[in-house]
Formats: sequence, C-alpha cells, structure tokens
Amino acid sequence: MHKKLSLVLVFAMVFSLIAGCSAKGSSNKAVNDEGGTIKVGLDYELTGNVATYGQGLTEGIELAVEEINNDGGIFGKKIELVKTDNKSDSAEAANVATKLATRDKVVAILGPATSGNTKGASPVAMQNKVPLISASATADDITVDSNGKVRDYIFKTCFSDSFQGVIMANFAFDDLKAKNAAVLVDSTSDYSKGLDKNFKEKFKDLGGAVVTEQAYQAKDKDFRAVLTNIKGANPDVIYLPGYYEEVGLIVKQARELGLDVPILGGDGYDSPKLAEIAGKSVLNNVYFTNHYTSKDTSPEVVKFKEAFNKKYNKEPDAFNALGYDMAKLFADALKRAGEPDREKLKEALESTKDFKGVTGTLSIDKNHNPVKSITILELKDGEQTFVKKQEP
Amino acid sequence: MEQFLQQLVNGISLGSIYALIALGYTMVYGIINLINFAHGDIYMIGAYVGFALTTFFHMGFVPALLLSMLVCAILGIIVEKVAYKPVRNSTRIAALITAISVSLFLEYGTMYFVKAETRTFPNVLPDVSIKLFNGVIINIRDLYIIAITILLMVVLQYIIHRTKVGKAMRAVSLDREAAQLMGVSVDKTISYTFAIGSSLAGAAGVLVGVYYNSIDPLMGMMPGIKAFVAAVLGGIGIIPGAMIGGFFLGITETMVSAYGSSLYKDAVAFAILIIVLLIKPNGLLGKNVKEKV
Repeated sequence: MHKKLSLVLVFAMVFSLIAGCSAKGSSNKAVNDEGGTIKVGLDYELTGNVATYGQGLTEGIELAVEEINNDGGIFGKKIELVKTDNKSDSAEAANVATKLATRDKVVAILGPATSGNTKGASPVAMQNKVPLISASATADDITVDSNGKVRDYIFKTCFSDSFQGVIMANFAFDDLKAKNAAVLVDSTSDYSKGLDKNFKEKFKDLGGAVVTEQAYQAKDKDFRAVLTNIKGANPDVIYLPGYYEEVGLIVKQARELGLDVPILGGDGYDSPKLAEIAGKSVLNNVYFTNHYTSKDTSPEVVKFKEAFNKKYNKEPDAFNALGYDMAKLFADALKRAGEPDREKLKEALESTKDFKGVTGTLSIDKNHNPVKSITILELKDGEQTFVKKQEP
Repeated sequence: MEQFLQQLVNGISLGSIYALIALGYTMVYGIINLINFAHGDIYMIGAYVGFALTTFFHMGFVPALLLSMLVCAILGIIVEKVAYKPVRNSTRIAALITAISVSLFLEYGTMYFVKAETRTFPNVLPDVSIKLFNGVIINIRDLYIIAITILLMVVLQYIIHRTKVGKAMRAVSLDREAAQLMGVSVDKTISYTFAIGSSLAGAAGVLVGVYYNSIDPLMGMMPGIKAFVAAVLGGIGIIPGAMIGGFFLGITETMVSAYGSSLYKDAVAFAILIIVLLIKPNGLLGKNVKEKV
C-alpha cells in the first residue's frame, strides 16, 4: 500500500518538475508588463561585506525612479522595482538574477555592485537574454569575454579598472612627483588585481620603478608584517587598490608604523565606513580615483544633490550618483526603445550617445563600456576634497 | 636588523591575540576533552556585547570588558547545558559534530540579528605609538593585550592549581566517575569550566574588537582555528602551552610574510604545525601520557 502510494507521489513530483521546466522555457522571452507597471529587477549587495555599495546604489536608483514615475512614468506606465539581496556573494547574485529573469520577468536587471558579483550574475542574463546593467563593476572583462567578444546583454555605466590604474599612475608620477612606488594588492579580488596591473604598467612606462610588491587577502586583520616590508623598501607612494574594510585597517596600521607616504587607491575607498574603521585623523595624504564628487558645481550635480538631500536627508556619495545615473540612462534607453521589450532595450542601450548624467556625460562604445570622465579626490582628516577631473 | 626587530614586535603582538583566545580553548579541552569549536564564536559574541556596551551605553573600557565576560560566561553555561550535556556520554564524534553545529548556529544566528556588515568600536583605549630603540614602533594597545594575556594566564593557573574549584576540575579531568564518588559535583564543575573558558573568550573578543576596531559576525572563524592550532602546538590542555603556542604561531606567520610571501603565511604556519606534531605529538610542552584503556 505504502509502496504504491510513494510510487504515485514520485511520479507526481517528476511530472511537476517537467511541467515547471517547460513552462519556464516557453515564457522565456516574455516580459511581464501586466498591471500597468514595467518591472525592473535590482540584484544588489544589501547585506554582506560590501553592503554599503549596494545600499548606496539602491538609494540612487529609487530616487531616479521616483522622479520618473512622478513625471508620468514611461509609455504611461509606472516603473516598479523588484528589489533582491545577493548577500555580497557571487553565487547568490546568480540565483537572484535567475529569479528576476524567469519568475518576475523583468525587462532589465540593474546590478550587482562589484565586479565579482556581476560576473556571477551575467551568465544568467546572457542565457535569459535580459539586459543587465551594472553601474559600478569596474573590471575590464565585465562586458567583453576573454576572447574579446562582446557579451551582448551586459552593459556598464562606470569606467574600467584599466582606466583607474592608468590615471593614478599618471597622477603619482606627474603631480606627486613619485619615482618609487610600492604596491599592496588584495590577492583574492579581481578588482584589486586589475587596478594593480594597469598601475604598474603605466608607472613603469612613465619611468618610475615599482620597488616592492606585497599582497594580502580579504578578511585579514593584521597587515603589519607586509607594511613593515614596504617601509623597508622606502617608497615615495603606496598604491593600495582594495575595498574599504581592509583599506581602513591598512591605512590605520601603516600610519601607526610611521609609514607616512601618500596612499593611492580607487573607487573602493568611497564609503563612510572607511573613516569609521581607520579613524578620521589618520586619513590624510590619501588619494583615490572616483566616479563623482559632491563638491562638483555643475548644474546637474547641484540639482541631484538637492533632490537627494530632500529624500534622504544626507549628502549623496558616488554610489548614490552612479545608481541615479544608471536608472536615468535605463529610462532614457527604454523610451528610445519604444516598448518594454528586452531585445529593443538592448539595441537602444547600445546606441546611447552623449547622455548627460551626474557622473559626467557618457556614450556607450562598441564594447558596451562608457566613455566618460574620472575624478581624483584627496582625503583630508577623513573628508573628501576635490583635486581634479580627468577627461578620457 | 631594525626591520627584523619590528617584525618580531609585530609577531609578538599578533601572537598574543592568538594566545588570548587559545587560553580558554585549551582549558575546556584540558578538563573535559571536548574541542569546543564554538569558542571562536563566543569570542565574537563577546566582541558584540562589548561593542553594544561602549557604543549604546557609553561605558568605559573596563566595565564593558567585565560585563561582556559575565555575559559570555552565562552563554557558555547555557551552551553546555543545552548542547553538550545531552551528548556527554555519547561518542566523541557526536560531541564534535554538536560543537560545530553550535558554532554555525551562533555565527549565523548573530548575523540575523546584527546584519553582516562590519561595525567599529568607539575609541575607548588610548591609541599611542611608542618608539622603541632604532625606530621600532609598538602601539600601547599591544602592551595592553600582552599584559592582559599574561595576567589571565596567571589567574587561570592559580584557579586550577590553588583553589577548590580547580581541584575539582583536575579531579574531573583525571577520572570523572571516581571524582563523583568522592563527592565532586561533575555537572557543577563542568559548568564552572565553561563559565571561565567562555569569559576568557569574551575578554579576548572585546580586546581584539578594540584593537583592530572592526568586528563582524564571522570574525571568530579564522582566529578560532588559529587559536586551536596554537593550543595544540603548545600542548592542548596545558595552560602555559597555549601562551607559547600563540606566540610561536604569531611570530612564524609574521616572519613568513616578512621574508617569504604573505600569500603563503597560513600554508607555512600549518605546515609547521604538522612538523611539530610529527616530532612532538603532544605539543611543545606536552608530556607523554599514555591513553587510558
């Protein structure tokens, strides 16, 4: 009796599995625009070790969408955000992307924040033919695979690591007059290694020397051994591409060891947590490349700052601005596409030209990367100050 | 030379943190032969309690340290009563698996309540770098950690060898049934052991939280393993051994980073552990004790 029953159950389960699959397969391309809204998926780091990036981007996106919806939405329909949390984990980023693409049937996925997580989610986007736009994944190989082929449905709206590394090498050599540089890399992060590679190449091309190369691993807490090595090599500057958690601890411990030379880095420094971890008084003589600064006085930035301040009652940081720009760019492309269709949206994104955003004017090139300017900032007692803006 | 001395100082201060965590580890093992994998997580909870007390209740360093030791002691007793006591007479593998489950439960339970993001301590200890000879620099916090570790080790030695509770602990560790026949309450003694071991973990959590100024729910994982290694290196169950094992591990790691590559520091540290155990299976300070049959 029991055997028969369980056999029936097994069949029922197998059948439902098959049914489930085919249902998914047939509605693969369809976009859910019933109920008068256009669904957009957000795949972000809302918790986990880079949570402030994901949260910041989400705030920017929500502000932009609120403005778009208040202006009547697109094609008379409101944009509805489907927010998901990838827990700062690349496997989870792929899981939630699958959910967004197949179950929620979104027209596009915005996110994730970091390069590693974006790489996790992008195969899902490719497979389901849904455009995925990341506003902050700076790795060079996000939109282009290792054979140089463009990933059709993947876009990004921030500059690439190679650009950040090159600009910083120029800045160190020309502006800081540094001849000897030390590099300290997070060996577990594609982002850190990408910046490091391009910095070293450019710095050596310019005639500088890299006197020592040291490495650490994400989640390390004690960096004094490698910092003592760097101190022994006597560099003029330290290039330290990484994320705020480790960078905060490294800068603090470096200054404690009496290592007072300029420390240079990339957009991973842009988090209020950096000053909390390192302490404001040690964050001096620290320079980094970034997408945007709230000290900029162009009319777009001023208008954005006002609106952001009104909604969240604080100054927007670069991630807020990037999220805002990306959502606006998405809306712009969707309008040009003419209807909420994934394929048409992809084509519209490809033909973006001179889009005026808060983080600069950008055009999408043939590799799905933006052409836009870069900002160099200096930290003085933990406060960001504007140094200069570099055109590509 | 100057660089070598600085690296030595770096190694000692890193080692004192391992030693601090290893003390409680080795003590619990010494008394009831249980590898308490949750030790590293009680250390993490200690750090969070210290964080809450200094941030939200604006307590000073010493009261926060003591109170968080107390909270961890209570937590240790609860963990023992709920999770370890029911499997006390089962196989050792059952106890080990339970310990791993408790560890994961504490990690992800805490993550649910406090979120995964990193928190930072307010400035409760002075942050002054002291210049020694030749430009070698030591932070005053390093001295705090070393001093507190040595103090706790001495106190622990005193409790175990000079007090009645300590005598009961040693009796239980030697022969549980005989001790019970002699009128020692085994349950109570084991509770004491967990209370003291966990309060040491709590102290370590607050100290390390203040020291690195960054705590997160998974912070107990790696130090927990390293402290376990330190305890085994020194001879598990032997309290001064935890100290020596901790310093040994800290200095080795630092020297590998300094003169080899920082990427292989963990690999080399664990390779050394294997070599030490091959030559001296009972650890550096371990005596050759035959297993009872």
